[in-house]
Amino acid sequence: MSVAEKCETALGWRSDRSSWVSRGVRVLLCVGAVLFFTGPLLTIFSGAFDDNPDPTKLSVVPDNPSLDNFRAAGENRIWHYLGNSLIIAGGALLLQLSVSVFAAYALARKKFRGQALVLLAVLTTMMLPEEVIAIPLSLVIGDLPVLGISLKGTLLGVILPLGAWGFSIFVMTEFMKEIPVEIEEAATVDGAGELRIFAQIILPLCKPALGVVAVFGFNMIWEQYLLPLIVATDPSDYTLTVALLSLRSDDQVGPGIVLAGALLALVPSLLVYLSLQKSFLRGITTGAIKG
Amino acid sequence: MTAVETARDVGATANGGGAVGPHPVGRRRERRLTGATPWLFLAPALLLFVVFKYVPMAEGIRLSLFQVRPFLGDLFVGMDNYVRILEDDRFRSAIGRTFLLAAGQTAGAMLIGFALALLLEGHARSLWFVRSAVFLPVVAATAVIGEIWRLLYYPAPEGFINNILSFVGLGPLTFLDSPDSALWSVMAVGIWKGAPYDMVLILAGLAGIDRQQYEAAEIDGASTWQRIRYVTLPALRPVVTILLTLAAIRGLRTFTEVYVLTGGGPAGSTDVWMTRVFSVAFERNELGIASAGSVLLFLITFALTVTVQLYRRRKAS
Repeated sequence: MSVAEKCETALGWRSDRSSWVSRGVRVLLCVGAVLFFTGPLLTIFSGAFDDNPDPTKLSVVPDNPSLDNFRAAGENRIWHYLGNSLIIAGGALLLQLSVSVFAAYALARKKFRGQALVLLAVLTTMMLPEEVIAIPLSLVIGDLPVLGISLKGTLLGVILPLGAWGFSIFVMTEFMKEIPVEIEEAATVDGAGELRIFAQIILPLCKPALGVVAVFGFNMIWEQYLLPLIVATDPSDYTLTVALLSLRSDDQVGPGIVLAGALLALVPSLLVYLSLQKSFLRGITTGAIKG
Repeated sequence: MTAVETARDVGATANGGGAVGPHPVGRRRERRLTGATPWLFLAPALLLFVVFKYVPMAEGIRLSLFQVRPFLGDLFVGMDNYVRILEDDRFRSAIGRTFLLAAGQTAGAMLIGFALALLLEGHARSLWFVRSAVFLPVVAATAVIGEIWRLLYYPAPEGFINNILSFVGLGPLTFLDSPDSALWSVMAVGIWKGAPYDMVLILAGLAGIDRQQYEAAEIDGASTWQRIRYVTLPALRPVVTILLTLAAIRGLRTFTEVYVLTGGGPAGSTDVWMTRVFSVAFERNELGIASAGSVLLFLITFALTVTVQLYRRRKAS
């Protein structure tokens, strides 16, 4: 047994043959942890494809596989809600990323009067829980300042409030600060303008951070519940996650339909989470610049 | 590189530590640019923040001082809304319940997250797989998690969890159906979703511990328990402080879990701060009183953050 290996982890896990008892215990605990944390999500998969409206018969494997739940959910406008969710996610994410890279460019690559104040203003929004401003926000969305337009009942009413996110600006800024200034200087000498430097030099270098900010941004947007709920004027404005509750309250529908909806709401999160792993790896290998 | 490790990087950034990017730290001499250019780049962010954060914040404070009367004009009532909401029995018990829920979720998620981090620390590929799998509840939307747990908690003896409990001779329990157990059941779901998140940050903290300290402890003949107690835990203190603050605030502002799992019931036994504010605002249409409740919640989360920061500063100096 090597001392070095034993000192690699806080508990001193070892992988040599002599410690098969501790390895066995560890494997068992790992299996238990995976079951505990993924089991409930697996029951969504099996329940969604299981033609069995009985909530007492949930299992990890479907007894009676069929697509009936999705058909019934379709009659309850599930695809419409999914469409709402996807439009909001796409629009808000695009807006959020653009807003963040623009703001981060100014904060990280420029020096100007009032910079500290802007940074403080951004950080303050991060300390303000979204729920706390939900009620006045619903009034503001119903009557935009200056313009006097109401965004109630529109998807834009959900997208715009999500457009600027302090966290994503903050992460982008920290990342952009690390890009060596020589690159920009060389471009300036070559006669490149401000927008060209931003679009063709800084932005491509930010790909790894964009991947990170995108996955966290998507998660934050997909997680929204209170916002779409207060913006909606009619159930047809609901996002998929908000609509789940109305699917369940319907007497005609069993839990299979809620689960079909839950599955559709779960899959995009999983896809984004799993695909980030690749994009991040790519970003690391290609985005680096040797100083 | 896994998503878990990505989250770790971002976590480290949020903690104000370390560089995010792969770029070597070059000469950081920002080009001085006069004129309006920076403001043009900042304009979209500032505009959105003002309209959708700062104006609502100001409007919320204003509303909390008024009796809001549609079509009749708002009536200034001073602190009356605050007095009324604090004297409201349902709101007062919701506040107590919110603190209990936040404390329970924070402590539970932290303990399980710590245990998970100890279990899953290491470089093996199989451990990477387990970490990625365990992290999934953090990724899934709260509404989705609420729906599935509501079904898993099905209170009949044949319900999913009751079935499992019967194997070890427990239950059947009523879970969300009875006022005695509903809040604890909501808390368990919060812990289930929160623990893997805590695990990721604690793993990042564990990775930052100097291995020589472990070797020194080994040479001194320290037991595993002593090593955890005197080397690991003290080194994790900064991470734990951050996690406590984040989790406590997350717990105080809880809305979606409760709204989806129980809607505040049965018999108001899971009604928390934000679900109460929501009912007062959108069911009773008392926007002034609801705003007072929101402002109070903000003050408490703000005070919590500041207190923890001050405490950390004092500890550090």
